[in-house]
Amino acid sequence: MGFDNELQLVAFFLGGEEYAVDIHYVREINRLLNITRVPRAPYYIEGVINLRGNVVPVIDLRKRFNLAATEMTDRTRIVVIQTGEIMVGLIVDGVSEVMRLSATSIEPPPALISSVHQEFLYGVGKLEERLLILLNLERVIDLDIAC
Amino acid sequence: MDTTQYMDVFMEESREHLQTLNQKILELENNSREPAVLDEIFRSAHTLKGMSATMGFERIAELTHEMENVLSNLRGTEIRVNTQIIDLLFKCLDALENMVEAIAGGDSDTVDITGLVGLLRQSVLEDSDDVEAFPKNEAFSPDFSINQYDLTVLHEAERKDFCIFHIRIDLDSGCIMKAARAYMVFRKLEEFGEIVKSVPAVPEIEDEQFDLSFQVLFVAQATQEVIHHALESIAEVRVGSLALVNLNDVQPSTTTRPGVVESGGEDTAAISEQPFIPNEPGAGRSPATGAKLLKANQTVRVDIERLDVLMNLVGELVINKTRLDQIAINAESTDLSETIEHIDRITIDLQNVVMKVRMVPIEQVFNRFPRMVRDMAKELGKEINLIIEGKETELDRTVIDEIGDPLVHLLRNAIDHGVEKPETRRQNGKPVEAIIRLVAKHEGNHVVIEVEDDGRGINPEAIRAKSVKKGLIAAKEAEQLDDQGAIDLIWKAGFSMAETVSDISGRGVGLDVVRNKIESLNGSIDIQTQVGKGTMFKVRLPLTLAIIQALLVNVGKEIYAIPLSTIDETTSIQPGQINNVQNQEVVLLRGKVLPLVRLHQVLAVSGEENTTGELFVVVVRKGNNQAGLIVDSLIGQQDIVIKSAGKLLQGIPGIAGATILGNGDVSLILDIGTLF
Repeated sequence: MGFDNELQLVAFFLGGEEYAVDIHYVREINRLLNITRVPRAPYYIEGVINLRGNVVPVIDLRKRFNLAATEMTDRTRIVVIQTGEIMVGLIVDGVSEVMRLSATSIEPPPALISSVHQEFLYGVGKLEERLLILLNLERVIDLDIAC
Repeated sequence: MDTTQYMDVFMEESREHLQTLNQKILELENNSREPAVLDEIFRSAHTLKGMSATMGFERIAELTHEMENVLSNLRGTEIRVNTQIIDLLFKCLDALENMVEAIAGGDSDTVDITGLVGLLRQSVLEDSDDVEAFPKNEAFSPDFSINQYDLTVLHEAERKDFCIFHIRIDLDSGCIMKAARAYMVFRKLEEFGEIVKSVPAVPEIEDEQFDLSFQVLFVAQATQEVIHHALESIAEVRVGSLALVNLNDVQPSTTTRPGVVESGGEDTAAISEQPFIPNEPGAGRSPATGAKLLKANQTVRVDIERLDVLMNLVGELVINKTRLDQIAINAESTDLSETIEHIDRITIDLQNVVMKVRMVPIEQVFNRFPRMVRDMAKELGKEINLIIEGKETELDRTVIDEIGDPLVHLLRNAIDHGVEKPETRRQNGKPVEAIIRLVAKHEGNHVVIEVEDDGRGINPEAIRAKSVKKGLIAAKEAEQLDDQGAIDLIWKAGFSMAETVSDISGRGVGLDVVRNKIESLNGSIDIQTQVGKGTMFKVRLPLTLAIIQALLVNVGKEIYAIPLSTIDETTSIQPGQINNVQNQEVVLLRGKVLPLVRLHQVLAVSGEENTTGELFVVVVRKGNNQAGLIVDSLIGQQDIVIKSAGKLLQGIPGIAGATILGNGDVSLILDIGTLF
């Protein structure tokens, strides 16, 4: 397996399924911080947080993907990602691990894999018996795309 | 000689000289009889030549040398200033700019200049046979004038057995930092005695407004040899002449005003065999201030990034100071409170200083416009007089960096679409020469920049038709718009008035881009237009983007910041005072009807709204109107550091940005202009 063909991913849980994003996008992973609500923002924007002096918007991924809302728990995390100039936090149910995955084991998303809108998906990764849903982050944070 | 360490200096100074050249050649075109303008052009070209030769950029040196030949002939009146020469000089400047930027980009100078050099040589030969080598030392005259004060000082010095020296210092032709060398000379001389005066005067030397030599009149108790030796020890400095002056040789000037005789005997006197020159710059400067000024006026070039870091640090300090304030309130310790008050004052001072350091005159941006307007006007066959006002107005550096492109766009629009062709103007009874005014001025906490032309104006009918044709708006909708509404369609993305795509405009990059840019700077832009009379774009920009004063208020459990600049007053009312006028809640405030806005509702704050008891009202200004914001309570006034809420949340109506409170929580800053 060539190094170039390998992806390093951060995997996390959301609504009973396991998702993953490329680690290059991930700046840091935080416990829940005080979130300030932003009026008039799209409803899946939970608000903004103070990340060491930077004000960073936070998206509730459950709301973004139209999943049922749950209580925040001890395991709830904010995954802070950066694409280009945009920095944004994603609220997830919990972070599982950092892993490597061969590019060859990634398939395009089948039509009906999950309740999540097709547009947000990049593909599905298979790791032994686990199924990882790979996200297309650029689309997830593009507020012009409705869910 | 290793010149890499001078690279930054070279780049900075080259750009400055090129800017000066651009400006001055424009002046020359408009007023070819002013010798001072030519002198300045000459000086800049000469310095540029010297610098580039030292740095090993032969082509730049060669081109500037040829330019100098032409310039010196202009000066010697062998040839006259005409459009061809001006155009040629501008072409040379463009080539020089390209070369300098190529060097900045890491390329060596590879631009082909043989064509230009040929043209320059030709223009010299056409009008005169004797091509003189580039002249030297014409920037100032070698003689000295001495006023009454100087003379008194000299007499005093002589009484105390000081010797008086007249020294001419020559700098190496390749000297890069002439002002620095001159400063070293001054410092060295001050070790022995006092400088009575210098020609040119100290400020001019500091600005490098001299060719390669300068002169000083100097008193000291030392021998010529010692001084000579000391000066020669400075690199790139040679002593051109060092003569002892006998005060008895100082001749009274023929221009002595009769009747004014003071202790020294003569009112004015001149040293040397040359006649007295009136209005010598620097005359009357005392030796002490002369030397001190040299130190006081020194400047340092600082990387803007470092200033940004400094600004951020001050921002953090302000946040933490706020936190300290809260701790002090809880601790109830007078010592602590006093110390914090002290820190408070220092922080405010620090903030002001850093703010000032970041302020730059808008001149930097405006300076490139005269040339641009000239070139465009020529290209389009229009006659335009660009009037610039208020270029000394200062703005935050970050704003300055961003405002250039939008202004270029507005100017291009004015020249291309606004101003009519000369024949059309004549037919319409307007002066053939159009006037474009570019004005910067302060207005409260804002800087206003106006771009105004006296051209054809914008016809709302044409805008309606165009927008419908482009599919930006339905025909029916267009009919319903009033004229101002129709004109505002120009801000829509994809709008363009141009029938054909020209080099100048009509490429689809529209005014929406301009507006976005200005709004991203927390500014606003309006248009006023009158068919046949002209168009004015008015850009309003905040003085600074970093720290503002704001009033913090509670709405439910949330805290919002309202910029103090938008607040007229705060007051409290009883629910019974509220009336309903056409479904709008209003209150009578000192005889005026004030519409009320419940922040609880417009911000959709959760929780029950307080509807009984005293209501707090923040009276804010929105354009020419007032409104009262009902909040739950007032927390207090505070300096807040404006932070962007991120690209993602830009453009949410009513939210201008965010700030971090003393407890570390984020609070949103309300944008009154778009809130309701």
